[in-house]
Amino acid sequence: MKNGLRGLSVAEVFERAQGGDRRAIGRLLSIAERGGPDGLALGELAHPQIGKAHVVGITGAPGAGKSTLTGRLAATLTASGRNVAVLAIDPSSPVTGGAILGDRIRMDVLNYGTGTFIRSMATRGQGGGLAVAVPAAIRVLDAVGFDIVIVETVGVGQIEVDIAGTADTTAIVVTPGWGDAVQANKAGLLELADVFVVNKADRPGATDSRRDLELMLDLSDTSQWRPEITLTIGTDDDVATNGVDNLIAELARHRTFLEGEGRLAERRRRRAQHELRVRAGDSLLSRLAKHLQSESGAAIVDAMATGQTTPSAALAALLDEL
Amino acid sequence: MSDASDAGATGDEKPFRVVLAKLGLDGHDRGLKVVARMLRDGGLEVIYLGLRQTTEQVIAAVEQEDADAIGISMLNGGHLALSKKMIDALNDADVGVPLIVGGIVPEGDVEKLQELGVAAILGPGSSSEDCVQAVREAVAASA
Repeated sequence: MKNGLRGLSVAEVFERAQGGDRRAIGRLLSIAERGGPDGLALGELAHPQIGKAHVVGITGAPGAGKSTLTGRLAATLTASGRNVAVLAIDPSSPVTGGAILGDRIRMDVLNYGTGTFIRSMATRGQGGGLAVAVPAAIRVLDAVGFDIVIVETVGVGQIEVDIAGTADTTAIVVTPGWGDAVQANKAGLLELADVFVVNKADRPGATDSRRDLELMLDLSDTSQWRPEITLTIGTDDDVATNGVDNLIAELARHRTFLEGEGRLAERRRRRAQHELRVRAGDSLLSRLAKHLQSESGAAIVDAMATGQTTPSAALAALLDEL
Repeated sequence: MSDASDAGATGDEKPFRVVLAKLGLDGHDRGLKVVARMLRDGGLEVIYLGLRQTTEQVIAAVEQEDADAIGISMLNGGHLALSKKMIDALNDADVGVPLIVGGIVPEGDVEKLQELGVAAILGPGSSSEDCVQAVREAVAASA
């Protein structure tokens, strides 16, 4: 199977990937996603090579046109000579664990083969797993030499917010008629967004949406950074009218802003802290689950269940034993 | 956890990944959508390319997505020519991923497709279990 890579070590696949072999890059992403000993080895290889790529998160409600816009953005950047990778994340079925990953259908028409590198990723269950797999995949793409890594997610729920948090620059995509400024505040997008995009701007209400977002920003602390609100038409292949050049300029402006006064370092520090916290939580939870099955763990549970100890005392005893 | 770098298709901890597409100008994608849903419900990850794909696009997707199998759907009688084109392209690119053909294939052509190197053929009436099983067996046989 998958001839050409068969029998190669992780280090050999990594070397090929750095040389631009797309099958090798595809394989590394599977290794990063799967974790385990190979994932660890890959992490060691990739680690010294990271920090060069601009990681851009694109998120927003279902149907906002994120995939189409991402495809257009990636194609435009690729055409201008940038080396672009897209990580398109779609949900797995919580029941069967399967997934239909349909983002390529909206992106690949623009540039297949040697153009933009696109990888679809399923969430594969909630929580910790994804919070580990996505940063690991981003590090691989960074290490093998992509200038720009675009991570696209559906912007609903904490997981997506977390993923957006792994980016250097996070763009929120909304559409005309999406709601007023109160909605935006409610959705908690304020804290997340570095760049605002009103997509499908050929529809009525685009300027109203822009005005609402401006109003919202007026109420926020924008002394350090104020996003320009970019209007785009993702389905329009004419660069003169689709607004994608403005979006690219805005992303670059944010990157320059980050590079000033150690802000990028600060953001990456926050990201490291977040990833570490999630992973620590994960590993503590699995240790906890194991301990509760053990004899001494079961004794604590029994003592609490029969009323011999209070829940607080049981907790203290449990934490002591961990 | 797997300890071989090439364990991608056989490690139990990773769902199988299948690229689904239609080649050429045939615009009937209902069957493909039904199969996509069946495979998803069988716990597989489906990378759905949809209509009017070229063999180059399919191969690019298989490489970038590190897919374990390819499913292409046929309706309008092009199965022999298109399957040969796809198999040739896979061989030229040295991509050893099994090809599964679904859709309308006359009985007399089944053997011809198998001789070309098609790993499995799924006709109308194939159940969800048939589809998932075909993928699993094809991947296992090619490993």
